[in-house]
Amino acid sequence: MTQVASAYASPTDALVAAFPSAVVVVSHGQSVVHIDKALLADVVEYLRVSEEFTMCLDVTAVDHLQDSERAQIAGIKRERFEVVVNLISHPRNTRIRLIAQVPESDPSVPTLTSSFSGTSFPEREVYDMFGITFDGHPDLTRILMPDEWIGHPLRKDDAPARVPVTFKGDPGPR
Amino acid sequence: MSLTEEELTMQSAGDSSSADSGDEEVIAPEVNRLARQTGEGSQELRPLQEIVIAGGPWPELEGDGQTMIINMGPQHPSTHGVLRMMMELDGETVVRAKPVIGYLHTGMEKTGEELTYVQGATNVTRMDYVSPLSNELVFATAVEQLLDVEVPERAIWMRMLLVELNRISSHLLFQATNGMDMGAVNMMLYGWREREEVLRVLEMITGLRMNHNFIRPGGLAADLPDGWQEAVLGVCEQVEAGIADYDKLLTENPIWQSRTVGVGVITTEQCMALSITGPILRSTGFPWDLRKTQPYLAYDQVDFDVIYTDNGDCYDRYRIRLFEVLESVKIVRQCVAKMPGGDYRVQDKKITPPPRARIDESMEALIHHFKLFTEGFRVPPGETYASVESPRGEIGCYLVSDGTGKPVRMHVRGPSFYNLQAISPMMEGRMVADAVAIISTCDPIMGEVDR
Amino acid sequence: MGMEQVGHNFMTGQLEDVVQWARRRSMWPAAFGLACCAIEMMAAGGAHYDLGRYGMEVFRASPRQADLMIVAGRVSQKMAPVLRQVYDQMVEPKWVISMGVCASSGGMFNNYAIVQGVDQIVPVDVYIPGCPPGPETLMHGILNLHEMVRTGEIMKRRAANNGGAGVEIANALPGEPESTPVTIANSAHASSTLTV
Repeated sequence: MTQVASAYASPTDALVAAFPSAVVVVSHGQSVVHIDKALLADVVEYLRVSEEFTMCLDVTAVDHLQDSERAQIAGIKRERFEVVVNLISHPRNTRIRLIAQVPESDPSVPTLTSSFSGTSFPEREVYDMFGITFDGHPDLTRILMPDEWIGHPLRKDDAPARVPVTFKGDPGPR
Repeated sequence: MSLTEEELTMQSAGDSSSADSGDEEVIAPEVNRLARQTGEGSQELRPLQEIVIAGGPWPELEGDGQTMIINMGPQHPSTHGVLRMMMELDGETVVRAKPVIGYLHTGMEKTGEELTYVQGATNVTRMDYVSPLSNELVFATAVEQLLDVEVPERAIWMRMLLVELNRISSHLLFQATNGMDMGAVNMMLYGWREREEVLRVLEMITGLRMNHNFIRPGGLAADLPDGWQEAVLGVCEQVEAGIADYDKLLTENPIWQSRTVGVGVITTEQCMALSITGPILRSTGFPWDLRKTQPYLAYDQVDFDVIYTDNGDCYDRYRIRLFEVLESVKIVRQCVAKMPGGDYRVQDKKITPPPRARIDESMEALIHHFKLFTEGFRVPPGETYASVESPRGEIGCYLVSDGTGKPVRMHVRGPSFYNLQAISPMMEGRMVADAVAIISTCDPIMGEVDR
Repeated sequence: MGMEQVGHNFMTGQLEDVVQWARRRSMWPAAFGLACCAIEMMAAGGAHYDLGRYGMEVFRASPRQADLMIVAGRVSQKMAPVLRQVYDQMVEPKWVISMGVCASSGGMFNNYAIVQGVDQIVPVDVYIPGCPPGPETLMHGILNLHEMVRTGEIMKRRAANNGGAGVEIANALPGEPESTPVTIANSAHASSTLTV
């Protein structure tokens, strides 16, 4: 993997220089960059090519519908969903996290499979669990739930987290 | 490769007695898309995406281009849980393979949003059920990062001891099931013999053989019992003797070598593209181990080596895990020698329950105990990602909290979920009989794949 | 004259007793290990806890060759039809043990994804609690099943429940001496009380 060493010491500085709308936050010692969802694939490709981020560890999502408290960040409009991407750079031994806000009205995000084909499974899981679609994904189908399942279970208003316990003598369907 | 227009029926685990003999789709040859009607609904095999790898073209197929789709699982004798492989075969050669998962989906992440942080370890521990202490460690680490607390020295060393013992038992299970899958059925009995000894020690320390719920946010559930040093050192000797036996039995064995050498080769570039970590990545010549590169607990204070090989095949992965057990034994011995005294959990009344004896004496202790075990403790709002090196790779926990006693989102990055993506490139071009070897050396645990 | 004069009968006996004895002595389990309980089931088959002394160490891959299905682990919504299909492929007589709390009742996972008790799908004869039940508890349950098969108790309970026998096993704690098999009144004709 011959990649150009970055001119900036810190990947977050380089990222902000390349994408001025990005907002950097430090969360418990970890670099978190909030970006616009339309730029997600571009930012990941930029980090892979120019900043030596060799592996995408994880793609996941969060549903903030029922938060009691939510931190406000200057320059970021908070939406219901967030897509979270964790990347690691082995040569530089550093990690970075990208967070993109995804509104409920338009739950779609560009896919990262063109940069890292290993995001295929996690993107399918996010689609299955949250209903967020990834444009350009080669096989966006359900991965954990049965194919004919209706709904997206990890949404806060979808499946209940705890169903009532039923006993044998109960009347009615179990 | 062209498909003929005849109906291709899927062979399921037994004779299909259920009602899937009615609908069979006729496939037009120019549409490179396959659909099957199975007992659980229609299953589409879509063409695999292009993997950004430095590899050659797919092997040229001979024959009249007739391929057969074979379904392997989800109930099959290989002991890797409920994994279903759909393979397209040309004779004995696998042309394409697709893993289908979800048969053990437990909704653990949803349950995690319903349980308090004190109860969270019971949930997380059942994800990778073969090395439960790694799951508990990563969850506890994430919660402690959000709480901004430091656990005491003794708790750190105790956690390291337990996690390394768990690594030993997990790799012994790998040796047992890997051997059995390839036909060396006595490996099952040998591996389990040593594993029982390790589980005996874990039961002595934690109280349970599996799913321990011992590493909790703030420290551990209890202190080490008396006589633990002799027990742990005794099991170290037994494990070393066992590993020497397996080495003698399998490593130079020509049958073993012909079944594993050169089988299931993967390269570092493929691993990087597919998010693969753990022994699979280390078998490609890339010595990445979080215990060395991003040390956590007290790994920078103990002396051990990172095992890696160059060929990226099944034989290498078998040998890596064999020697990793010996490295873990080294770490365990150092833990026994260097275990510090002190508290086994943080002395913060808001997080740690009081000792049971105090409950009889102090009303405040009683109230704290009650509140902690009914409501749990509150965690300041924030989000964090913690990761440790489990026997399968990098396990991570992404935790988001909103200031209440239950997480907003608890997501665990299970390494097997990503390592399963390695199966497709490893299997293509190889024979069906290698499929079992390849799945077995990827060492997937379906609990953390499906969560 | 004839066999009636012989004081004790060792050659003639009820065919049913012979058949039940044979069934109980060679009960082959079908491999249906799903999750953590599967690991303890494999440990029970290992050398230390040794199911081989009952002739049961062979976990048949094909359900056609198996008598006993030990549902070891949590059954998800996607797996439920597969479970039923494998159960249907087994040939009579067949028995079902639901191992662990997840298979018996959904366990700690009472959410959308897990079937709340495998007895919603297949009739269960013995429920074994534990999370996971240790190999000793599993063997206690299996031995109970053996006794019920030997005496014919299981058929009576199945008729009474109109489904599986549905016997629940108390947890055998580790460290206690291994539970002796359940003593049932020796006559298959008298109504026996199952003491567990």
